[in-house]
Amino acid sequence: MHPHPAPPAQIIQALVGPLMGSAIAQDVLIEIGAMPVLVRTASPEFLQILQERYGGFVNSAAQPVFEFEVEIVPPSSIPTAIGDDDDLSVCFEAGHWVLERGDFHAELDPALRHGRIWQSANPYAIDAAFRIVHSLLLAKQGGLLVHAASVVRNGRAFLFAGVSGAGKTTISRLAPPDATLLTDEISYLRRESDGYFAYGTPFAGELAQPGENVRAPLAALYLLAQGAENRIDPVAEADALRAVMRCILFFAQDCELVGNVFDSACHLLQYVPVRRLTFVPDSRVWELIV
Amino acid sequence: MSPMYIARTREVAARLLGGEMMIMSARDSTLFSLNETATAIWQAADGVTPLTEIVERSVCANFEVDPVAALRDAEELVEGLAKHGILKVSNQPIAEEK
Repeated sequence: MHPHPAPPAQIIQALVGPLMGSAIAQDVLIEIGAMPVLVRTASPEFLQILQERYGGFVNSAAQPVFEFEVEIVPPSSIPTAIGDDDDLSVCFEAGHWVLERGDFHAELDPALRHGRIWQSANPYAIDAAFRIVHSLLLAKQGGLLVHAASVVRNGRAFLFAGVSGAGKTTISRLAPPDATLLTDEISYLRRESDGYFAYGTPFAGELAQPGENVRAPLAALYLLAQGAENRIDPVAEADALRAVMRCILFFAQDCELVGNVFDSACHLLQYVPVRRLTFVPDSRVWELIV
Repeated sequence: MSPMYIARTREVAARLLGGEMMIMSARDSTLFSLNETATAIWQAADGVTPLTEIVERSVCANFEVDPVAALRDAEELVEGLAKHGILKVSNQPIAEEK
């Protein structure tokens, strides 16, 4: 396990943001998966939300790879074309990514590595925007966001993938004291020169607890299934790809990026063993994970 | 009946894994897996060889199948893949996408 320095939450600087009228805007740098993203807001209330939610991932010394201006507006003023009940929309228009959900609207310029978000002062919209931006950034680098819990044990990371209800939070809760939780919901994988690494994320599931901001080499990926006994079974390559693809978070309908994600999943299967882990909700399952 | 030509579109990513051709549609992120005979047709979909000839050369010559049934199944397969945008179908030869 390779801990990342995580200085205490810190506001870097105060400045007058040209997009924020005359309000004083402040920055916070949030580094997830070694990708620092700067968030600038004129709202002290929203700043407080960011510090509370992402405190362990603030790294004021990092060089941002992307910058967000977040404009806090009343829900009725969010310039979104889709209703509250509609799914997320991510599309590429005139050189910009346009992200829309009922509770936020965002426009990202990948060339300038800059984006604007209009949302109300809540953590859910920025959390969704972070997931999307990281999935887009990772897609070009061979990395993946996966619906999976991940845990570090004995210096090696283990992923437990599955859709909602598969047992991601359950297996996380059952982890022994010597295990470090990276996330119980969204795992962050990067392809690096010496293999795949899993990073801690603040993206929490039912556990409502952010992961530790550390990284470790990925030792195995388990497809979760609940059953009458604890066991590990091999998975055929094509079945593994199908299962992994179902668990990958990717939102954009973009041919090149979808191809990148597919290639990354295929590549991952060549380097990381994928097994089916059937388990009963009992801590003894961890005797198999070493 | 006019000949049917088929060509792979560029809106897909494909990999052969464990004997199955896995195809990902970039348009709607749907993942398809093709069996051996369907893979043979997919690989031969060059836009200039008529489907009847593909079935003769790539399916009937390599698998024990009834030629009439093989062509019928191939037409169904092609129609299904075309609906998802991963194959192009025409009654004229199809120029390669640039």
